[in-house]
Amino acid sequence: MRIDIDEPACIGSGQCVLIAPEVFGQRDEDGTVVLLRPEPGAESREAVHEAAGVCPARAIMVGG
Amino acid sequence: MTLHFPLARPADDPLAPPEIFRRLRDREPVTMATLWDGSRAWLVARHADVRAVLRDLPVSADITRPGFPRIFPLQQALPQGERPPFVLMDPPDHDVLRKLINADFVVRRIEALRPRIRRLVDEHVDAMLAGPRPADLVRAVALPVPSTVICWLLGVPVAEQGAFNEWTSTAIDATSTPERRAHAYGAIGGLLDRLLAEKEHRPGDDMLTRLARHVTSGAVSRHDALTTAMLILIAGHETTANMIALGTLTLLGHPEQADALRDDPGLAPNAVEELLRYLSIVDGVIGRVALEDFTLAGRQVRAGDGIVVLIPSANRDPGVFDDPDTLDLRRPARRHVAFGYGLHQCLGQPLARVELQVTLTTLLRRVPGLRLAVPMSELTFKQNDGVYGVRSLPLTWNEEN
Ligand code: HEM
Ligand code: SF4
Repeated sequence: MRIDIDEPACIGSGQCVLIAPEVFGQRDEDGTVVLLRPEPGAESREAVHEAAGVCPARAIMVGG
Repeated sequence: MTLHFPLARPADDPLAPPEIFRRLRDREPVTMATLWDGSRAWLVARHADVRAVLRDLPVSADITRPGFPRIFPLQQALPQGERPPFVLMDPPDHDVLRKLINADFVVRRIEALRPRIRRLVDEHVDAMLAGPRPADLVRAVALPVPSTVICWLLGVPVAEQGAFNEWTSTAIDATSTPERRAHAYGAIGGLLDRLLAEKEHRPGDDMLTRLARHVTSGAVSRHDALTTAMLILIAGHETTANMIALGTLTLLGHPEQADALRDDPGLAPNAVEELLRYLSIVDGVIGRVALEDFTLAGRQVRAGDGIVVLIPSANRDPGVFDDPDTLDLRRPARRHVAFGYGLHQCLGQPLARVELQVTLTTLLRRVPGLRLAVPMSELTFKQNDGVYGVRSLPLTWNEEN
């Protein structure tokens, strides 16, 4: 599984951080998403897909 | 048929959305309605279309544009011709102001506040339990908790918090006279304006200090700093308070689910998402105006048309939520649009989540035999305020012996 982030689109909602904290973090200055693990393992699959479906900016793209 | 917006919630089921939303979703997912001032706007009923309006289509949230639907109560409080707070602005100005204060709502920072929020809620529950029965949950807990937390964030000194809490509850109390409400808003504005000036000399680790620094550096105007601080208060106080009261009321009406939540605090995060979905309290304030012509669900929307998205309808769209009229604290609920969607999605959502998780679980855990002290039919709901709520919630409980 490979994740791409549209960083300029991110509005810092923090939803991905709440859903998959092992994969997504936030910049302290303005809350923008930080991809902690661009290629997380299978154990994160469900959470990552949920985060992508919830993201208000459609800024999380999941492939592979 | 002419539809008038806002639409009433069913009299015999005051926690449900207006019944007509079901028909709109099925048959007229995008339809024209008449607003209270006689102007017309499109109503958008389906989850996918609501998301498209708020994220993908060429629309504006700028209230000063011609055609913007006048449905937001804040609009009445907004002096004519003044630059609005950033919730009613478009990029790039919106993004600049939102980013300036987003640091205060980063998940990690808000989580660090959780123990302090727990103590605050415990203090208010202690006071309620020590006082007479029945007690009004709205005055005892629902209003003061979010108001105090906003004081912490902004950096309102402890000595001024009592007055601040008084003014904020008067300002949002629809039963106070327009003069008293205007006076309360004026007093809050005056206090925040004075604090912004004081923070230049006596800085703290708070939002008003950071805003004051941005004013000094020339990054924002004094006016924008003040409207941003006011926005935090207006957007974060009554919303959270109404969710605490209605969330409690909903749990009391579903005792088996309340028991499950009491027994398993790990259920709290999902329970809060489901309550946000189920109640959809922001039910009449999200408007936009089309910037270009586009087609939505087969209807031709023209540049300059007003649009109102129906949050409670989207959150009960059976295409997204199975059996949507059933409260189920364990269902996947996070795709709800109770906090909006797109670039204006709620800035305070990490905080609202923690406040709700802590308050609802504390009430269930600490108040034995918590129950409504009057029949449901005697409660008065805040209809058509833009944010749904209950005016007072008289509760009683079993005396511990
Ligand atoms: C359960 C409680 C809450 C609910 C249901 C709620 C709901 C919403 C909704 C639906 C919007 C989107 C408005 C739009 O698109 O036009 C919004 C925006 C906003 N909310 Fe909340 N809110 C809550 C709590 C809070 C709290 C606690 C704060 C801050 C302390 C807050 C601050 C804001 C701000 C600043 C915006 C504007 C964001 C922007 O325009 O970028 N809200 N809220
Ligand atoms: S959910 Fe989307 S908008 Fe929110 S922080 Fe993550 S990437 Fe950004």
